[in-house]
Amino acid sequence: MTKQELLSLYETMLLIRVFEEKVLEVFTSGAISGTAHVCCGQEAVAVGACSVLRRTDYVVSNHRGHGHFIAKGGAVRQIMAELFGKATGYSGGRGGSQHMACLQCGFLGSNGITGGGIPIATGAALSLKLQKVDSVVVCFFGDGAANQGTFHESLNMAAIWNLPIVYICENNLYAMSTHFSEAFKVSNVAIRAQGYGMASEICDGQDVLAVRDTVERAVSRARSGLPSLVECRTYRFRGHSKSDTCEYRTREEENAWRHRDPILLFGERLKADGTLTEADLESVSKKVEREVEDALAYARSSPNPPTEELERSVFA
Amino acid sequence: MSSRELYFSEAIREAIAEEMRRDERVFLMGEDIAVYGGAFRVTKGLLDEFGPDRVRNTPISEASFVGMAAGAALLGSRPIVEIMFSDFVTLALDQILNHAAKYRYMYGTQVAVPMVLRLPTGGRRGYGPTHSQSLESLFLSMPGIKIACPSTPADAKGLLKTAVRDDNPVAFFENKTLYGRRGPVPSEDYTTLFGEARVVREGSDVTVVTFSRMVWEALEAADALSQDGIEIEVIDLRTLNPLDMDTVKASVEKTTRVIVAEEGPKTGGVGAELAARIVEEVYYYLDGPVKRVAALDTPVPASPVLEKATLPDWRDIVEAVHALGSKG
Repeated sequence: MTKQELLSLYETMLLIRVFEEKVLEVFTSGAISGTAHVCCGQEAVAVGACSVLRRTDYVVSNHRGHGHFIAKGGAVRQIMAELFGKATGYSGGRGGSQHMACLQCGFLGSNGITGGGIPIATGAALSLKLQKVDSVVVCFFGDGAANQGTFHESLNMAAIWNLPIVYICENNLYAMSTHFSEAFKVSNVAIRAQGYGMASEICDGQDVLAVRDTVERAVSRARSGLPSLVECRTYRFRGHSKSDTCEYRTREEENAWRHRDPILLFGERLKADGTLTEADLESVSKKVEREVEDALAYARSSPNPPTEELERSVFA
Repeated sequence: MSSRELYFSEAIREAIAEEMRRDERVFLMGEDIAVYGGAFRVTKGLLDEFGPDRVRNTPISEASFVGMAAGAALLGSRPIVEIMFSDFVTLALDQILNHAAKYRYMYGTQVAVPMVLRLPTGGRRGYGPTHSQSLESLFLSMPGIKIACPSTPADAKGLLKTAVRDDNPVAFFENKTLYGRRGPVPSEDYTTLFGEARVVREGSDVTVVTFSRMVWEALEAADALSQDGIEIEVIDLRTLNPLDMDTVKASVEKTTRVIVAEEGPKTGGVGAELAARIVEEVYYYLDGPVKRVAALDTPVPASPVLEKATLPDWRDIVEAVHALGSKG
């Protein structure tokens, strides 16, 4: 990888982190209503995976989707504006935090139903196959979604029909408050792929290059018409949503994972091997902070959506 | 316009085949639809012409293959999904209600979800509680999905072709007892517009608003009532969303009495919505209450005797007409 490519991975992860922290800040201040599920701690999964995709490939996301969207090329201005319910948001204020899409970016939508996006992604892959288009679909979901029926049904159909798709399970150990061990008899999600005759791999979700390598192999299989399940072991630093006080896990566990912060780890690595200097990282930090501040100002100053045409946008 | 006699099921098959020839983005998914031709043999023979990629047998996984249809539609495919019995559509309701029907709206009109759900519907075949329901009203309260419910072979073909060409999800209800009914179907290429009810029989005394199989019960009631000098006007709604209230209102203004007839349960049914709309919009023309003819608020039982006592037929319509009294 070139220095520029490595820097880009770092920058996108940091942009997501700074964006998400800002989102929490504005929610807490009461500037916006509703809810948001931020992905702090999981940035390496979104960024590592999307870094091997083409613009013409597709991503289907879940409720914790801001990071996936930014990594697939979503504009932070329009994402922030959507959180503010403004006309300039990706969904014109109709979707909010969990419901955004951008066809031009290849982002087929975030989704508020756990496991709901899995069939959507699988169907998108079927459409690509039927149309003989050389694109693939990446479907992000959490460990909680792997217990929905749609996970089992969809992986089975992707396998029997050889669909160009990569299922990426971000196993952050908790489905809201329910620990992985309470909801799974098996020790990992990846093993389930065997039951569908599908390849699977487990990788360190805190290591952006490990995610990138693993997903690159899976995407390459997908382009040859073979689906895969990739399990990324990760952790969400924040609560499930903005109202979560994390009583179900210990501060010790949280601290241990904080030491495995994907952004810090990657930054240290880049400095250690001489790719980047502390000054380089500082300047990236300043750049993304400016970008997020700009997005915030854009969202604040954007107009409210018109209320007159609501009923006209239900049908095409 | 020349025409020939086709079975309702043949008319549907012809509509599918014509649309698949016209547009290669159209494909079929469903359980046992390929060699077997579907539980009601509606898709029989399509595999031979279009092959297994476009006539796609699925595992028994309704939630996911309906969701897959929505996902495929997002990327420009135009899937037609057969749900073996409409009762099984409940397995896929999340994908319909929270996904297919919402995407256009919630993603700020960036996307369209052109997909058709074919839903073999209704009772009178003794299949029992989980294979005999009429679930049209379930879809009536879902913004974002259109509802078609043809009563004749000609409408089945014309409405299905419109459904396939529509850029929105369409729930297409096919009453199972209609599959074996024959009727004239135009030989030329045609479509039947959504949102245009049809006055099937003109009358001046009472309006009967209905759809799907109950149209035929209403016509039987009309013949019986005519013997006694009572002329009912029968309106076939053809689609429930969009709903052609103009035709309903014009008829009610003329007859001043109205009955809504359906095969689904009465409470919260299509008749409830129609009655509310009629009272809201043409109340001052009414010379009596809006009457509903519908099934009992129970599951549909298997025994022929019990099933007959549960589902409404032409006698219930006659009774409702008499209950409204003669025109004063």
